Amino acid sequence: MSKGSTPETRPFAVTLDVGGSLLNKTGSWRTERPVYVDRLPPCNQACPAGEDIQGWLYRAEEGDYRGAWESLMADNPLPAIMGRACYHTCEDACNRAQLDSAVNIHAVERFLGDLALRENWPAPTAATASGKRVLVIGAGPSGLSAAYHLARLGHSVQIREAGPLPGGMMRFGIPKYRLPRDVLDGEVQRIVDMGVELELNQRVDDIPAALAAGHFDACFVAIGAHIAKRVNIPGADAARIVDAVSFLRDMETGDEQLQLGRRVLVYGGGNTAMDVARTARRLGAEPVIVYRRTREQMPAHDFEIDEALEEGIVVNWLRTITASDEQGFKIEKMALDENGFPQPTGEYETIEGDSLVLALGQNVDQSILTNLPGVTLNDDNVVEVGPDMATAYAGVFAGGDMVPAERTVTVAVGHGKKAARNIDAYLRGETYTSPPKSELASFDSLNTWYYTDAEQTIQPVLDEVRRQTTFAEVYAGLDTGNALFEARRCLSCGNCFECDNCYGICPDNAITKLGPGKRFEFKYDYCKGCAMCVAECPCGAIVMVPEET
Amino acid sequence: MTQIPDSGQRVKFYQTGTFTAGNRLLDAAQRSVQASVERANSLDSGHRACQGCGEALGARYVVDGALRATDNKLIAANATGCLEVFTTPYPESAWRLPWIHSLFGNAPAIGSGIAAALRAKGREDVRVIAQGGDGGTTDIGLGCLSGMFDRNDDVLYVCYNNQAYMNTGVQRSSQTPPAARTATTPVAGAEPGSPPGTGKSVPLIAMAHGIVYVATASVHDLHDLEYKVTRAMGFRGARYLEVFVPCPLGWGSKPADTIKLARLATQCGMFPLFEAEHGELTAATKIRQRVPVEDYLKLQRRFDHVFKPENAHQLDTLRGIAERNVRRFGLLAAEDAS
Ligand SMILES: Cc1cc2nc3c(=O)[nH]c(=O)nc-3n(C[C@H](O)[C@H](O)[C@H](O)COP(=O)(O)OP(=O)(O)OC[C@H]3O[C@@H](n4cnc5c(N)ncnc54)[C@H](O)[C@@H]3O)c2cc1C
Ligand SMILES: Cc1ncc(C[n+]2csc(CCOP(=O)(O)OP(=O)(O)O)c2C)c(N)n1
Ligand code: SF4
Ligand SMILES: [Mg+2]
Repeated sequence: MSKGSTPETRPFAVTLDVGGSLLNKTGSWRTERPVYVDRLPPCNQACPAGEDIQGWLYRAEEGDYRGAWESLMADNPLPAIMGRACYHTCEDACNRAQLDSAVNIHAVERFLGDLALRENWPAPTAATASGKRVLVIGAGPSGLSAAYHLARLGHSVQIREAGPLPGGMMRFGIPKYRLPRDVLDGEVQRIVDMGVELELNQRVDDIPAALAAGHFDACFVAIGAHIAKRVNIPGADAARIVDAVSFLRDMETGDEQLQLGRRVLVYGGGNTAMDVARTARRLGAEPVIVYRRTREQMPAHDFEIDEALEEGIVVNWLRTITASDEQGFKIEKMALDENGFPQPTGEYETIEGDSLVLALGQNVDQSILTNLPGVTLNDDNVVEVGPDMATAYAGVFAGGDMVPAERTVTVAVGHGKKAARNIDAYLRGETYTSPPKSELASFDSLNTWYYTDAEQTIQPVLDEVRRQTTFAEVYAGLDTGNALFEARRCLSCGNCFECDNCYGICPDNAITKLGPGKRFEFKYDYCKGCAMCVAECPCGAIVMVPEET
Repeated sequence: MTQIPDSGQRVKFYQTGTFTAGNRLLDAAQRSVQASVERANSLDSGHRACQGCGEALGARYVVDGALRATDNKLIAANATGCLEVFTTPYPESAWRLPWIHSLFGNAPAIGSGIAAALRAKGREDVRVIAQGGDGGTTDIGLGCLSGMFDRNDDVLYVCYNNQAYMNTGVQRSSQTPPAARTATTPVAGAEPGSPPGTGKSVPLIAMAHGIVYVATASVHDLHDLEYKVTRAMGFRGARYLEVFVPCPLGWGSKPADTIKLARLATQCGMFPLFEAEHGELTAATKIRQRVPVEDYLKLQRRFDHVFKPENAHQLDTLRGIAERNVRRFGLLAAEDAS
């Protein structure tokens, strides 16, 4: 109200004081109020390593690659490896796939990982020393991840690895053409540089004894699954048969035990079979994959089958190997029954073959369980652990391929992180509770009108001849320009990205823009509760909640 | 920190287009006026428009944009109608610029008068807009408007088209589309709602005057709207801008759907967005995601009856309007049209 206005001083016939509209608090009309939320993006939900993908992409969008990498490193110490080997379930879940094509998350992750290696960015520093010692058994992705997270939490960590080099199946399984060894070495070294002790050629057989002798307070076991499953093939010359893990391992160590010959049969339909065949191809052989079921039923990922076929590898579906003689291998044709199971048909053929590689899966080496009362293998031949990754033996936790879960590098890394948090709590006599998960940012919660079309960036691929003759990496990485483009394709599902839309479209000016990085705030004095901001938020970061009455 | 490619070139939008009000990744020049903390907020909080009012939103967009374009030297004349009533229950006003309330039908003439007075005082740096609803503009005010165009007075006239006389309780206007239910065109008889074959296009009438600039805009496309306001203020003489402003109360729609309805109206072809100079069509905003008219109609209770089998012909009438707009204004991009 204007000051000093009295009935005497007012103009003729004016009975009220003049004023603006701000005295009229229209917020009282409201029955529901808008609130800003951060929802769980589907990519994050799908990531077995628990990465905040949307969060690090958000930083990458600004060109803050260091910040993006650090945010990634909060959950996963192996971004350059992950950007290559991970099967990226995040991309299958990505909302953008319903618009044009998924964000090429792994390519951006690899770009960040490579940049960090090139620039020698160190791992984030550790908390103050706790004085506790933890033994990690196995330097595969799970052990490395646990060691990294434990070190960051201030614990002193020693890794004991049975093999001559660290990396586990990342080195002795995944071939170079998918994961160059300088990348693996670089990311392992960064963990060692944090002060983690890495003891190679140190097989652990008796965990309680090792813990006592080394004065360890807790232990994380991640020995993987290395014992190859075999089948008996009558008439076969043992010298011509090898299992996939030994074959791939020999590739790394250089002890070649097997003369492959020209025609190499690979028995199995998983990713390992693809890697064996593709490796044999690069050694000059003509590999043939033999698999009992159909292509659709192959456990290998579709893209891996495609990549193998592109390299000239032959696949025989619906076949089993029944016997072997001088001519080669006797193969029986299979047919699917009404339940989709392969059944023998009694029809045979012979295929020429100089050697056979069995890629039929791996089991866990039981000898690790010696002296661990209560810890046993379950029906699936893996070690049961609780949701906290603890085994039945106090202070001993386990993860990766040796526990019930999907066998991937990413799951292994996720187990390492989870175990580290629980071990940390255990060492402090507490229990770890993970923060509550927010509601999913589903596709329907987005307003996609506001996003423009931008197709996924395709990574350059090595030419076919070189893919068949060398171990050079098949896929090239992104560069600064297209990595930024790709990061900016992210829709920022469920998390405000400061597009100013709510601020711009509120018919009641009931939103305050707080400035860069600070997002927005509602003026509940004036918000009438029309929910237009909710409807027009591109990324679904606003919801209506009932007003208390 | 690595440098983001900056302005000079148009930033390619992957995350959001120019379709959002702003975006932290854009430099200030490419964001809308509404994205700026320095926007005038010419129509301030505390106004009494209904929840989700398209007219309140459209008016703030236009007047803030015009203030920016004229360096805040702007006077507004405002016809009687919702926009006047909900902003200015005497002696209180939500307007934050010199603002004059006119009669229902004479806002164009008041605008002309203000412009003449400014000219007489040698204050041609101060610019004038006159504004009103569709009833005030295209029915009772059309004579004054035509005169203002004819004399080429230096006024931008802005019509906020919500397709009926909303302030007095949703009576039919010459902008009410066929079949729409209003208080004066009830759902009864063989042609329920507003009769077919009635109404007029005031932008085309304005173009027939050969005035320097005519455009249509919509509250769902802020960048397009602000561009048109800025362009209009770049000319001298009589100009006309019609802004599509959904009305939840009058249309029987959800307040939250106001912008969505404006978007659907343009994407189905019912409300074409275009520009004309000196009577000649110069540009049309292409449809980005074409939708059937039903998508637009079904969110509004005023069109409920057109979905009854016996009124199927009314749907055809409305489809026909949309299709003719698409053809007449060339609303499809070349690849969609073929
Ligand atoms: C050919 C092949 C290709 C694959 N490709 C992919 C891929 O592309 N993407 C993907 O996500 N996953 C892939 N996988 C699966 C993935 O490699 C594994 O799931 C993952 O490495 C499991 O990690 P881990 O740490 O549990 O075990 P491992 O990686 O197996 O590491 C266990 C480590 O423990 C050591 N160890 C064993 N016993 C002892 C002991 N008693 N004392 C001390 N050390 C011991 C081993 O030497 C080894 O270094 C592939 C697997 C294979 C076989
Ligand atoms: C000469 C005259 N006739 C009738 C009225 C009553 N009246 C006030 S506002 C209004 C309707 C306004 O409709 P419109 O111009 O479309 O604006 P809206 O309220 O829809 O924004 C009417 C009929 C009046 N004020 N003056
Ligand atoms: S668009 Fe971005 S936030 Fe959404 S799922 Fe894909 S990567 Fe995650
Ligand atoms: Mg009206």
